[in-house]
Amino acid sequence: MIIPDKLKYTSEHEWVALDEDIATFGITEYAQGELGDVVFVELPAVGIKVKALQPFGTIEAVKAVSELFAPMSGEVAEINKELETDPMLVNRDPYGQGWMVKVRINDPGEWDRLLPASEYSKLVG
Amino acid sequence: MNDKILIYEKSVPGRVGTPLPKTGRGESEILNLIPEKHRRRDDAALPEATEGEVMRHFIALSVKNHHIDKGFYPLGSCTMKYNPKLNDAAASLPGFINQHPLAPCRTASGSLQIMLELEEYLKEISGFAAVSLQPVAGAHGEFTGLLIIRAYHKDKGKLRKKVLIPDSAHGTNPASVTMVGYEAVQIKSNAMGIITPEAVAAAIDDDTAALMITNPNTLGLFESDIEKVAEVVHKAGALLYMDGANLNAQLGVVQPGKIGFDVLHFNLHKTFSTPHGGGGPGAGGVAVTDKLAPFLPVPVISRKIDENNRLFLDYDRPKTIGRMHSFYGNFANIVRAYAYIRSLGARGLKRVSENAVLNANYLRVLLHDEFEVPYDNICMHEFVLSCDRQKKSGVKGLDIAKRLLDYGFHAPTIYFPLIVHEAFMIEPTETESRETLESFASTLIAISKEAEKDPETVKHAPYNTPVRRLDEVKAARELDVCYKH
Repeated sequence: MIIPDKLKYTSEHEWVALDEDIATFGITEYAQGELGDVVFVELPAVGIKVKALQPFGTIEAVKAVSELFAPMSGEVAEINKELETDPMLVNRDPYGQGWMVKVRINDPGEWDRLLPASEYSKLVG
Repeated sequence: MNDKILIYEKSVPGRVGTPLPKTGRGESEILNLIPEKHRRRDDAALPEATEGEVMRHFIALSVKNHHIDKGFYPLGSCTMKYNPKLNDAAASLPGFINQHPLAPCRTASGSLQIMLELEEYLKEISGFAAVSLQPVAGAHGEFTGLLIIRAYHKDKGKLRKKVLIPDSAHGTNPASVTMVGYEAVQIKSNAMGIITPEAVAAAIDDDTAALMITNPNTLGLFESDIEKVAEVVHKAGALLYMDGANLNAQLGVVQPGKIGFDVLHFNLHKTFSTPHGGGGPGAGGVAVTDKLAPFLPVPVISRKIDENNRLFLDYDRPKTIGRMHSFYGNFANIVRAYAYIRSLGARGLKRVSENAVLNANYLRVLLHDEFEVPYDNICMHEFVLSCDRQKKSGVKGLDIAKRLLDYGFHAPTIYFPLIVHEAFMIEPTETESRETLESFASTLIAISKEAEKDPETVKHAPYNTPVRRLDEVKAARELDVCYKH
């Protein structure tokens, strides 16, 4: 199972990549496998403030609907519009084209409180 | 013969199944009896076919379908028990089927009497003070019960904002809570699969309207701390709601109204054997304690007798939440539930629950060596196993469920409750024989072995059904059920 080293993770199976003050969120390969085929991804509008460990959207798969939890706090700067027409990008490329939102973060300190790849892999191992 | 065409496509103009009797009047004369504005402009587009063709068409459809009259249907929390045909005979009596819902009460005393007596039986079974038979589905019953709770708090001066729901509750519970305008707050069950008074105490406050519990819960476990939980809830001024979908485990054994619950909804279409599936028609009556009775939906069948010594429908209930459905609920199902209770009697109903629990436990023990059973205690009427072990060979619970269809079994509820990985929620019900249970268990074990040796076969099942795997993503995203555009 792929768990990229440069990313950080939540125990709810979201990943986050940090590029200066822009954080990108998505769900892990493990999460997409557990969910099965994704039918809808509901994302917040640009400009909405999200809070770390609070829901920022929902993901609906064939077998269940789940909430998406924000790894970090900030303001939504961009959303992945492709997911509207092709939500199964999350299944096919969870760490790439299946990204969900980009958030302008306001507390870089939150990065240190997230799980590194080594700990996340223990969680799903 | 092409068996995938619709009855409309089999239609041939002029072909007649049953000729209508001669009326002795001309066509235009009859037409003139109907005011111009009520006459249709176009043909009714009804299929034209002979009686034999119609018969074959619908028998073919019924054979394609899986139903309880055809095979085992262990769909957890749905209580797919056999529906005795006696119920249908009762509901088909001319006095019931010819009754008009707008008939005045004085010509409907028999129907009212049936409803009143069913209310009395349900009160006795549940231990509550009052019952409304109006809601027509389980979730409709939840919605009604929560509106009653809301009306109660409003009447006391403070609406409150949230409802607590354990993670082992029915999926409809949080949806109903949201529909009523409350916020659903999840509380976790403990390692034994039940909720504790401590967990409730930690989450409850003076803004909590209610705790909503499915008992037994979706793990098939009885909430053994329920009386202490009720104490915590009532101390906070909140109410305790019971989702009665799993009442089949408790008939004649536990009266929910006597162990601290304030509201309960029944699923007459589960516990009391009125048929269901395919979205209805259900019957989800609600039972409440004395202090909540004023809020029940109108009309209420009055216990007072009017001047002509007959029962009547009472609308004069100032605190009522109002009407929840047209007329009086699904009346034919009310008759069926009544017939079921009368034909079994008190002792029979108790045996229903005893056998439902016995069957579930027998099946659990037949399967618990081959499959993981995360909460492997004595269960109530259903239990949950996990296909996590089988997943190592790449076969998911979904695949095993699909493979079961090849052997003529309906699959159990899968992936619910969410707290069990690759969950199979199995409810055999009391009406299945030991041989059926053993045959189901040995099939499931055989599929598990097949998953190990030949995973590809299982992953592409089913093979013997009228259709193979459906495109569920397309079905969810582009649902189109129109026959013609």
